[in-house]
Amino acid sequence: MSTPLLSIQGLTKVYPGVIANSDVSFDIGEGEVHALLGENGAGKSTLVKAIYGLIRPNEGRMLWRGEPYAPNAPAQARATGVAMVFQHFSLFDAMDVAENVALGMDNPPPIRELAARITEVSHNYGLPLDPTRMVGDLSAGERQRVEIIRCLLQNPQLLIMDEPTSVLTPQEVEILFKTLRQLRAEGRSILYISHKLEEIRSLCENATVLRLGKVVGRADPRQESARSLAEMMVGQTLHTPSRDPASPGKLLLEVRDLSVASPTAFGTALKGVALKVHAGEVLGIGGVAGNGQDELLGALSGELRAPADMVLMAGDPVGQMGPTARRAMGLLCAPEERLGHAAAPDMSLTENALLTGAWREKLVNQGFVNWGKARGFAETVIQRFDVRTPGPHVAARALSGGNLQKFVIGREILQRPSVLVVNQPTWGVDASAAAAIRQAILDLAQAGAAVVVISQDLDELLEVADNFAALNGGRLSAPRPVKGLTMDQIGLMLGGAAEGETNAAA
Amino acid sequence: MLRLEKRPSPSKAWNYATPVLAVLLTMVAGGVLFVILGKNPFEAIKLIFWDPLFSEQFAAYSRPQLLVKAGPLILIAVGLSVGFRAGIWNIGAEGQYIIGALCAAAVALAFYPADSVLVFPLMILAGAAGGWAWAMIPAILKTRFNTNEILVSLLLVYVAEKLLAAAATGFMRNPDGAGFPGSRNIHQYGAASNMELFANSGLHWGGVAAFIAVLFTYLLLQRHILGFHVRLAGQAPRAARFAGVAPARLVLMCMGLSGAFAGMAGMFELAGPARLISIDFNAGYGFTAIIVAFLGRLHPVGIVLAGLLLALTYIGGELAQFMLNLPAAAIQVFQGMLLFFLLALDVLSNYRIRLAAPSRSSEAA
Repeated sequence: MSTPLLSIQGLTKVYPGVIANSDVSFDIGEGEVHALLGENGAGKSTLVKAIYGLIRPNEGRMLWRGEPYAPNAPAQARATGVAMVFQHFSLFDAMDVAENVALGMDNPPPIRELAARITEVSHNYGLPLDPTRMVGDLSAGERQRVEIIRCLLQNPQLLIMDEPTSVLTPQEVEILFKTLRQLRAEGRSILYISHKLEEIRSLCENATVLRLGKVVGRADPRQESARSLAEMMVGQTLHTPSRDPASPGKLLLEVRDLSVASPTAFGTALKGVALKVHAGEVLGIGGVAGNGQDELLGALSGELRAPADMVLMAGDPVGQMGPTARRAMGLLCAPEERLGHAAAPDMSLTENALLTGAWREKLVNQGFVNWGKARGFAETVIQRFDVRTPGPHVAARALSGGNLQKFVIGREILQRPSVLVVNQPTWGVDASAAAAIRQAILDLAQAGAAVVVISQDLDELLEVADNFAALNGGRLSAPRPVKGLTMDQIGLMLGGAAEGETNAAA
Repeated sequence: MLRLEKRPSPSKAWNYATPVLAVLLTMVAGGVLFVILGKNPFEAIKLIFWDPLFSEQFAAYSRPQLLVKAGPLILIAVGLSVGFRAGIWNIGAEGQYIIGALCAAAVALAFYPADSVLVFPLMILAGAAGGWAWAMIPAILKTRFNTNEILVSLLLVYVAEKLLAAAATGFMRNPDGAGFPGSRNIHQYGAASNMELFANSGLHWGGVAAFIAVLFTYLLLQRHILGFHVRLAGQAPRAARFAGVAPARLVLMCMGLSGAFAGMAGMFELAGPARLISIDFNAGYGFTAIIVAFLGRLHPVGIVLAGLLLALTYIGGELAQFMLNLPAAAIQVFQGMLLFFLLALDVLSNYRIRLAAPSRSSEAA
């Protein structure tokens, strides 16, 4: 056997109270695409941060082509030949592509020269990108290209990609994979982090599975089924949410030709959005984040006002009403951003229960808060939705992402909404919590509520939704029944292709 | 090597300990300052913090002064604390205090020399309305044009000072005053006078108002949904909008409340200890109240304690000025240091200090 490109031996990283990585070992060969699999919180990010020199492990060592490798800083890692594309982009909206690339380089060449190299590299790797465009105007897929090209300009030996496809449409994923295969053919190695198993099966030849910081399995993903990989990741058999089919009831939520400007500078304005959701129906809205999802949720929750008859709740115009009035009518929402939007990070769960439950749960009497009752409501949410926490006095920020999400969703569902709108209900949530949340959404629809689920996760939408629509550049395609919809059709809807447009016009 | 590490949730213990620690550190740093000025630091510290209350020589005069000075500080500070909690920074309480006093004086002088029980309550209303109106200027500019309320409210202090000077030397000047600047003595005008309620206690109606304001603010913040929305808006503005809080209404409410309290404080001061409108009517209470609000953790009960402490530094500072020839600015430096240390120490409520050993992984590799 030849010396591996990077050998990780017994790596351990301890944070106060948490062991993020415990005795992790694996090798990445030259020209190998290696998958790192695991749920949220399994320790994948900590591991790659150690490889990229962002943190230093407490124990263990790494060898780069047989030589000791202990980077103190990302610059050192880059000098060795390691490059990383982060899950969350670090780009400046108000600068153009070339300027953003220059900012991430240790010794950037003059901007015109750099622009020429960007054009060249993007052309060679089939990732078209105009270096003079403003990043604020780019789609998520194009932003990712900026990050990838920034890495490729350093001519790396090892490219680390953290959840690269979470923001891409199926077509964009195909383009990315072609590029990655080309990189492999050139003899470069890729460490590919994901929890999307089909992708890993089509791309990677080796996989290391992490659970709770430990290596729990190694596999050749091409030899495994997606289910067996998932069960390795979760460590238990998975339960698929389900419900009985039902015929839709009366029309509860209607949006008519809704156009509103975004409140933020680089947000997406909604343009002529129309949708109808009936009692018992789940409408899934797909699309890459930043295509108007936040604005749509705001327009439905009442944070963003629109002309009154653009949003109708059981026939009544509510477009001009604020969040409190809409809640009183039974229209409840759960935004994507848990900390800071759906919940106040430094406030207790009791206070966060009051945040949206004040009027519907009658936690307020003549303006005065009944704290005992608020605590009771928080306790009910905690108990009914299996939120793991010492009690309602705990600050929201002390909860893990999945637990807080269960709290947020539970808080709305327990207020018996007639219409519920959720944005990214299981983003960053572990698999078992995600299944519980999806089941709760289905149960709510079963009980006669109209539900809108906005998500980037297509698998999730296909699992819970009756009808599917795609949000692209602030426009919503005409909803179609999920039954019989193929991945190709979904991809076209997400891309805003001609078919989706004609349907929307019809 | 020292390292800061974020706590999972803010430390309650440090939250209470930092104000005390800040006072102690201020005493130490103040002591150093006094040494540099060539004074005996122990004598100076004792003169500021101990003698006003317990020395036989000074306490008889100084002790009632404690409530006289603490009253307006507390009244202004509780008003400010509501806005500060919501992230609305009214820095111009000093101006609202002056305008409140001017409006109250206008009422008193308009009725002079009528003897009616209505004069005093009308003056209170006028003072509150004046402070409220002055605070509405930055509030409305902020909600309409998104101006910065810190700058606007602060600059309006200097406008108010000009108005005060104009009033004292011009349109409010005492017609029987032989041309000297200053209005009629309102304290001596029975119907308008803010009398000491108990002999030698220092307590006047302003102290009572401060007490009511503390109680009111406590109920608002702890028990009322509006108070919850105030705290929510300060901690997580986006969550507040999601909860249905209208940011503009909150700005108007918080600025209005703090302005009205400051204006009332100005009225009680005018009709009581200050006696009349003069050029140097304002003594910096509006600014010192900012320190009081933060030292008291923006909590009504904490503000009472902080108000008493800062009042003590005023009295003690005067005493030190007079006994040790300390410059008047020294006591302002002293108060400033208090806020400085408090804000610096606040980091400990949210972070803990770790002694980080150098990482060993490099040797292992």
